[in-house]
Amino acid sequence: MHLGLDPGKIRHAREIARAITEPILIKILAHTTDSVERATLRLMGLDGADEDDIPYPNILVRHLRDRLGEGLAPLVAQAAKDRGLSLRELAYGVSEEKIDLRDFQPADRDAAGAECERLLRENIRRVERQVAARDGFVRELGQGEPPWLYVIVATGNIYEDVVQAQMAARQGADIIAVIRSTAQSLLDYVPEGITTTGFGGTYATQANFRVMREALDEVSREVGRYIRLVNYASGLCMPEIAAMGALERLDMMLNDSMYGILFRDINPLRTFIDQHLSRMISAYARIIINTGEDNYLTTADAVEAAHTVLASDLINERFAHEAGLPADLMGLGHAFEVYPEMTDSYLYELAQALLIREVFPDHPIKFMPPTKHMTGDIFRGYALNAMFNFTGVLTGQSIQLLGMLTEAMHTPFLMDRALAINNARLMFNAARHLAENLEIKPHSWLLQRSAEVLDRAITMLERIAEIGLFQAIADGMFADIKRPPEGGKGGDGVVLKSADYANPLLKILTEKVHGRH
Amino acid sequence: MAVIRGKQLDLTKVRPYGDSINDGALQLSFTLPIPLTPEAVEAARQMAQKLGLRDPSVVHSQDLGGFSFFIVYGHTDRSVDMTQIQVPKVEGKVFSRPEADQEIRRRFGRLLVVVGACIGTDAHTVGIDAIMNMKGYKGHYGLERYVMIDARNLGAQVPPEALLDYAIKHRADAMLVSQVVTEKGFHRQNLSRMVELVEASGIRDHMILICGGPRIEHKLALELGYDAGFGRGTYAEHVASFIIDKMTERGLT
Ligand code: B12
Repeated sequence: MHLGLDPGKIRHAREIARAITEPILIKILAHTTDSVERATLRLMGLDGADEDDIPYPNILVRHLRDRLGEGLAPLVAQAAKDRGLSLRELAYGVSEEKIDLRDFQPADRDAAGAECERLLRENIRRVERQVAARDGFVRELGQGEPPWLYVIVATGNIYEDVVQAQMAARQGADIIAVIRSTAQSLLDYVPEGITTTGFGGTYATQANFRVMREALDEVSREVGRYIRLVNYASGLCMPEIAAMGALERLDMMLNDSMYGILFRDINPLRTFIDQHLSRMISAYARIIINTGEDNYLTTADAVEAAHTVLASDLINERFAHEAGLPADLMGLGHAFEVYPEMTDSYLYELAQALLIREVFPDHPIKFMPPTKHMTGDIFRGYALNAMFNFTGVLTGQSIQLLGMLTEAMHTPFLMDRALAINNARLMFNAARHLAENLEIKPHSWLLQRSAEVLDRAITMLERIAEIGLFQAIADGMFADIKRPPEGGKGGDGVVLKSADYANPLLKILTEKVHGRH
Repeated sequence: MAVIRGKQLDLTKVRPYGDSINDGALQLSFTLPIPLTPEAVEAARQMAQKLGLRDPSVVHSQDLGGFSFFIVYGHTDRSVDMTQIQVPKVEGKVFSRPEADQEIRRRFGRLLVVVGACIGTDAHTVGIDAIMNMKGYKGHYGLERYVMIDARNLGAQVPPEALLDYAIKHRADAMLVSQVVTEKGFHRQNLSRMVELVEASGIRDHMILICGGPRIEHKLALELGYDAGFGRGTYAEHVASFIIDKMTERGLT
């Protein structure tokens, strides 16, 4: 089932997306942030927290606040070496106010850079081992056939999550996402250790990542299929969580270039800078990113705003490309959110699903289920989810985020998830080869609609290119939400790089990623 | 009293209806944290029995990879007395938008200031936007559209303190508080905190205090100290009408 959209138009759309991201990229490269520096320290091997549970990377970044523009990693590496301390011991000393690095100058800046690079390379080897381990699992056990069944767990207790995740895998799930606790995205630090309480989700911590990864490896062997793990590299700690995910072999990360700005009121520039490094790390670790365009349709209308999803997918694609991510790691998002009671609502859904598939043929696109129009009528919801699953297999979506019949009430109960998996397996199996037998009628409404959405996306992109992405966001062009460039949380963590800014991580990631592709 | 198929419906003893009056038919589904075995099916049946179901029958079971899932049908002999049930409701006439504007002109002769937000860490704006923003919801315009209402929507993730400060500064006649996340009683904490702050500030008597959200009921709102609570299916006109009437009732001008 092919729409046969004009390839020239699609190419043109991509060119405008490039023109939109170019000026932003210049800003990205000129700045660093709290979180970029903390992520670098983490990849040098620094973790742990002090007695007040303040993570050591935060302690060092706070301590050296005024020197962020120089790049902290080489300073810290050299200071530890000079004292014969580990990074953690150094951070402990700072937190106890026994060590003061504010005026510290390395005797030889090049040597400091080299020491920093040594630490980074040592740690990054672990990321490489994780990539090899994933490849090994997939080779040995195989993996599910797309659309991959993606479900969430969100109990707040990582051990409870493990039970539910393993069970979901046995039922047929391919991907497990651990939803984060409410408002973790607004924490300007990553909590430490294993956690057993959370609201609406479970805290993303490196220790929790490890617990879940082990559990999924175990169940992967049991079911004979590699089970992927997802978390959220988003919010104020985007690059740090990407770093932790890389170290602990997460396979996918929710990671959007604008979601935090629009839906969490995080400072725009901060978000752009942070997403760039987080994607460089993900490219290195072969982590698939998932973008969040589906959310636009919760605040804006799915019919009226269909083109904003495509426009944003193209912008996300370009940003991802700039960070070194290849198409096969770009899980661009879209959703099934048309008001179902409208006559022919399904045609709109089908047109959109085909459109996104065709514009992004090599991308593991992520298809989101109905959420906004789900109600307490779980039986209606189950029917909607069946339509959604049917569409997923018919249009060849890659990552199918399974809808829950209880979406309007609570985070999924065990049985909700099991029913969702039953629904998807039934539909996927029943219609597995249907598309091969069908063709879209020329001049049909489906074709017209998808071409119209593409045209509107191009018009929107042209407008954005004209006024600039910051202004477009301020004007509410995405999701009907307006965010001024100077507003939002975390803006004070953005710092202009000085002329001698040093961060060997950027070099390591760039050479590796570009060397590989 | 209604008569169904020759049997009288006794409103003091109302039971679920499946296929005939008073059969008390119920369907339910649940999981047990044990693998699916014949014993687990029997456990599910007994579970239903202990819930008071007569003749429970386990019509479906599935192994969930360690736990088990059941669909059970049964009958209950319990009943409820409809004649004794009273539910607090937001009462009064619902004015259309032009009517509401007219009433405000007539009764108060000035613009009413309405401030609103989704408070705490809750990031859900769609509900409060549906009530307050120009565009409204499902064809019902929001309060911003009302000529005689000065509506100010502060959005989501607004600390209760900030909403209060804003209300004081702009001499709000009414405050609208939205809460969507209810997991672990999150909303109750936030809503209570808001009431406490408003009361401590001394403006409670001069301001109509309203909360809303998909899991909010009027009864809960009253218990927490609000003048009203609005749930699913609320439109701006319900809220505007309530504010007008409540202000009149309280003698606010
Ligand atoms: C859209 C959505 C989001 C969007 C919100 C976008 C935005 N800017 O609002 C995004 C993606 C950001 C989101 C995030 C999260 N969400 Co959410 N979300 C939803 C969803 C799908 C729809 C909500 C919606 O917009 N409904 C439409 C509006 C119009 O309905 P409404 O809110 O009920 O409003 C009406 C009435 O209630 C009333 N009303 C509402 N407020 C007020 C106020 C006043 C004063 C009055 C008078 C009336 C009133 O009037 C409105 C019109 O009739 C629901 C599921 C669902 N179908 O309900 C989940 C849901 C609400 N989300 C949920 C959760 C858990 C989250 C997260 C915590 C997930 C996470 N772990 O990160 C985060 C929240 C993070 C945070 N800090 O809050 C849960 C809440 C569970 C619970 N009971 O606690 C739900 C039920 C999904 C689920 N099953 O898990 N979400």
